[in-house]
Amino acid sequence: MDCSRRTLLKSACAATAAATLPISAFRLFSPAECRAETGKPGTRWIFLVDTEKCVGCGLCVKACKLENEVPYDAPVTRTWVERYVITSDGKSHIDSPMGGRDGFTSPKIDGQEINPKEITKAFFVPKLCNQCDNPPCVQVCPVGATYQTSDGVVLVDRKWCIGCGYCIMACPYGVRFFHPEYKVAEKCTFCYHRISKGETTACVQACPFEARKIGNLRDPDDPVTKIVMTQRVGVLKDEYGTKPQVFYLGLDRNVR
Amino acid sequence: MHELIVHGAEWTDKIGFVYPNEFIYWSIQIVMYPYMTGLVAGAFVLSSLYHVFDQKDLKEMARFSLVFSLCLLPVAMMPLMLHLQQPLRGIEVMMTPHFTSAIAAFGIVFSTYAVIVISEIWFVYRVFFVEQSKALKGQPGLANNFKRIVYNVLTLGAYELSEEAVRQDKKAVKILAAIGIPVAGFLHGYAGFIFGSVKANALWMSPLMPVIFIMSAVVSGIALCMLTYLIIMEWQKFRAILAKGRGDASVELLRGVEMDLMTKTSRYLMMFLVAAITLEMLDLIFRGYTQMKSWDILRTVMFHEDFVKIFILQYGLGNLVPFILLLIPGLTIRRTAIALVLVLFGVFMMRWNVVIGGQAFSLSFMGYMHYDLPIIPHNLETFKEGLMGALTVVATPFVLFWGVNKLLPSLTFRKQ
Repeated sequence: MDCSRRTLLKSACAATAAATLPISAFRLFSPAECRAETGKPGTRWIFLVDTEKCVGCGLCVKACKLENEVPYDAPVTRTWVERYVITSDGKSHIDSPMGGRDGFTSPKIDGQEINPKEITKAFFVPKLCNQCDNPPCVQVCPVGATYQTSDGVVLVDRKWCIGCGYCIMACPYGVRFFHPEYKVAEKCTFCYHRISKGETTACVQACPFEARKIGNLRDPDDPVTKIVMTQRVGVLKDEYGTKPQVFYLGLDRNVR
Repeated sequence: MHELIVHGAEWTDKIGFVYPNEFIYWSIQIVMYPYMTGLVAGAFVLSSLYHVFDQKDLKEMARFSLVFSLCLLPVAMMPLMLHLQQPLRGIEVMMTPHFTSAIAAFGIVFSTYAVIVISEIWFVYRVFFVEQSKALKGQPGLANNFKRIVYNVLTLGAYELSEEAVRQDKKAVKILAAIGIPVAGFLHGYAGFIFGSVKANALWMSPLMPVIFIMSAVVSGIALCMLTYLIIMEWQKFRAILAKGRGDASVELLRGVEMDLMTKTSRYLMMFLVAAITLEMLDLIFRGYTQMKSWDILRTVMFHEDFVKIFILQYGLGNLVPFILLLIPGLTIRRTAIALVLVLFGVFMMRWNVVIGGQAFSLSFMGYMHYDLPIIPHNLETFKEGLMGALTVVATPFVLFWGVNKLLPSLTFRKQ
């Protein structure tokens, strides 16, 4: 057979294309992906925190740690509660011992006793992943191990994460950390394993005062959506352009 | 069951209100990473000044810095690997890059750069390979035989030594060096971009970051090449003195060559040093003038918490003092050496102040974090991300150079 360099290269290219085409075609029409794209069109998970209702009991933090297998005594946590005490000199005193897991039983903040007469206001603010519409953590992951689902939740693939920590650095809210056991990036998932089965999140379930609620923005009849649409809600650190999807009622300007 | 270690908790001290999950996640190895990449890029740019812009005074330096940048090449990757929580998956950055990430470009930029450096070295040394392979032919001894085989392989079958062929080699070197400058710049500029594009970090986020990184990279690269060259020359001079006595002509020759080279190269060093400092000052002044929300905490970090590290160690000891030392007329070898060590230290402190300094304050702007560098390791993590890990990274290029220089002699100045 007559085989010039040109023909060899030509057939090599053709063979490669022929070999890759079926694989990519299969990928294009993956049944699982089709179902995921078309199955539930109307879900965008959002969260509502009513800071007026939070008493800082820490049950949400406890429930989250147990539900999501974050080592109980490790100082890292998927959700936490912050205590704010504002004094008459305008200073804010903030703390969150063990993420507020055991409640706030000591009047001392950062080892400092505050004279109750000087306190002008005090409140608690629960924090969790904002499941941003424009998540910087997803943008910076060098291998695509962290991704946003079609219903708006940002997840981490524990089998793919290389543990570079870039996503941790990119998050303006400090919600990410390295899982002490799995050694990969870890974060709040809105209890994706529960909400995708129709249950509520562990923290919402544990909160005795209904300070936390989860809802679907695409459902106009959802009580959470109604509140977000009709009342004056705030979000954290709007200036970063991340479009956070955790909404706060009664957010104070001192909240960091 | 894995060992339970909260990454970062080991070396982070928190003061004031810091979010529970905040720790110094990027530690000494991330200081080393831009530092080593900077040295690679700088060394290459120095060699290109001769090859492209025909700066004849850098001829000796060019060959050495090119080979040295080859030795630094694998070392730029080392700190990243030591820093990863899942080092075995590190290769995925090359295999499944996610292109919206600044780190994902690493595979492409870095391999492009590696290809350029290796091919340029090949063109520079091809004639030498051929000569060696010819000279070693027929010589007895297993070592010679082995060496000949290695050189034979290195020629890649291109044995032609005609004038035309050599001319083409030179042309190729020039082209590669010319492409290499922007790629080296890009390699390091992108390291700056990794930091500069983190909008969550008030200290890092700045469009000037990539340019600042490039300038300081060139400064550190030139300084390291000069210093290494100086040490090797001193060693050769010392051996010449031992062999032939202090007043011998060859010692004088060595001394002359060395001093001449240092004076000329230090001019380039100072040029880039001025550019680097100007940009850093611009960044600082701009932040101070615009007084964004983060300025309050940045100011306390810069002028109180890290004042010594930034203004005394980095700008003072690392920039101003060596600048004055190099500027005073009547430059001596000893003074140059001190200035070079200080310059290298200054650039290291700059990396430290950017990487660690950027994590010295909480995202809440209400607290601070202090980094305690683990010195004596007691587990793998404190080794990797401690002083020992950093020293391992520092030592590697020199070990590599010792080996590579046996095949690619880059210090044969007497022939010229």
